[in-house]
Amino acid sequence: MNTHWKLRQIVELLLVFLKIGAFTFGGGYAMIPLIHREMVENKSWITDEEIMDIIAIAESTPGPLAVNSATFVGFRVAGFWGAVAATAGVVLPAFVIICILSLFIVQFKSFKLVSYAFEGIRAGVIVLIAGAVVKLAKANRHDALYLALMALVFVIATFTGISAIWLLITGFGIGVLVKAASVWRAKRGGEDTEG
Amino acid sequence: MMQLLILFATFFKIGLFTFGGGYAMIPLIDHEVSSRGWMSVTELTDFIAISESTPGPFAVNISTFIGMKTAGLLGAVVSTLGVVLPSFIIILLVARFFGNFQKNRYISSGISAMRVVVIGLIASAAYSLAATVFLGEHLTGGQSGSMLSQVNFAGLLICVAAGFLYFKKKLHPIALIGACAALGVVVFGGADLLGWGI
Repeated sequence: MNTHWKLRQIVELLLVFLKIGAFTFGGGYAMIPLIHREMVENKSWITDEEIMDIIAIAESTPGPLAVNSATFVGFRVAGFWGAVAATAGVVLPAFVIICILSLFIVQFKSFKLVSYAFEGIRAGVIVLIAGAVVKLAKANRHDALYLALMALVFVIATFTGISAIWLLITGFGIGVLVKAASVWRAKRGGEDTEG
Repeated sequence: MMQLLILFATFFKIGLFTFGGGYAMIPLIDHEVSSRGWMSVTELTDFIAISESTPGPFAVNISTFIGMKTAGLLGAVVSTLGVVLPSFIIILLVARFFGNFQKNRYISSGISAMRVVVIGLIASAAYSLAATVFLGEHLTGGQSGSMLSQVNFAGLLICVAAGFLYFKKKLHPIALIGACAALGVVVFGGADLLGWGI
């Protein structure tokens, strides 16, 4: 009885995340309302607070937001196999669509009209990415240290061959040091006022 | 076999070091993928547009596409597994053992600094894509002839129009891609028809 219920849950997770994967354009955040409707409102498998936790954790761990939240929700609802089912569900639609598309893209782009269209599209993609930079920069902290770090990363990444991985690791280290320094200063400040 | 292993390892690395999803992986992909000759910068730009117009996470789309292109269906499976596995493993560990790791003040400060690095990285990717689209792929290789004749003025014009539509008119990304495609056909097709050769 119990294992039967669990199996049904796993199958349902797969189906729900297949649907979410097939209808999410433009990545991660577009998925959150869908997950909320399916998991919180329709099935009551997770709560509102859990959704908030899941978003916070998915944002602070590497990997696509869509995959992170699917894995997390699947695990919360039905353990390891739930995580497998939800992750497979969210990935499969994109996988199948791109596999099929990739067979036609090269021939497709050899049409004169399509190649003109792509000349225009390339210019538009640059605007989309610039838009992502603006959006992220607005949502982030604005103190001088972080703005300087942003500019420095831009210069290093553009004009040297240093890998993004090292810049990310160094950035994490800087963040930890900044916090450690402020904690240390606060502690010393506290002792000063006491003494 | 070697090819599949390299695909898996490359996308595992990309999956492991992508924070913030989506465009945050463009700099890494650009570095890994063009250095191996799997995709040119122009092809990558085209694929960003295709990925934006098809459902699913960008990471999955691009790993599937490159895997399929370099080693067929098996390549697509291996690359996609590679990009998904790091998240999957890390999330399972977090869900099982470290419930609130992101609330630790040192970790949260480290992560917020890393987000700043990601913004710088995406800005740099935007810059190099723009340089390729507007100045030509061969420019970095050092070419002879007039610089000015290489500049893609028609592309710049479309870019300005797209900027207006996206930032001022708040056009949806997919609608923007459609509009740019139409502009491309009109401007580049029209110029070809008239024999201007831009």
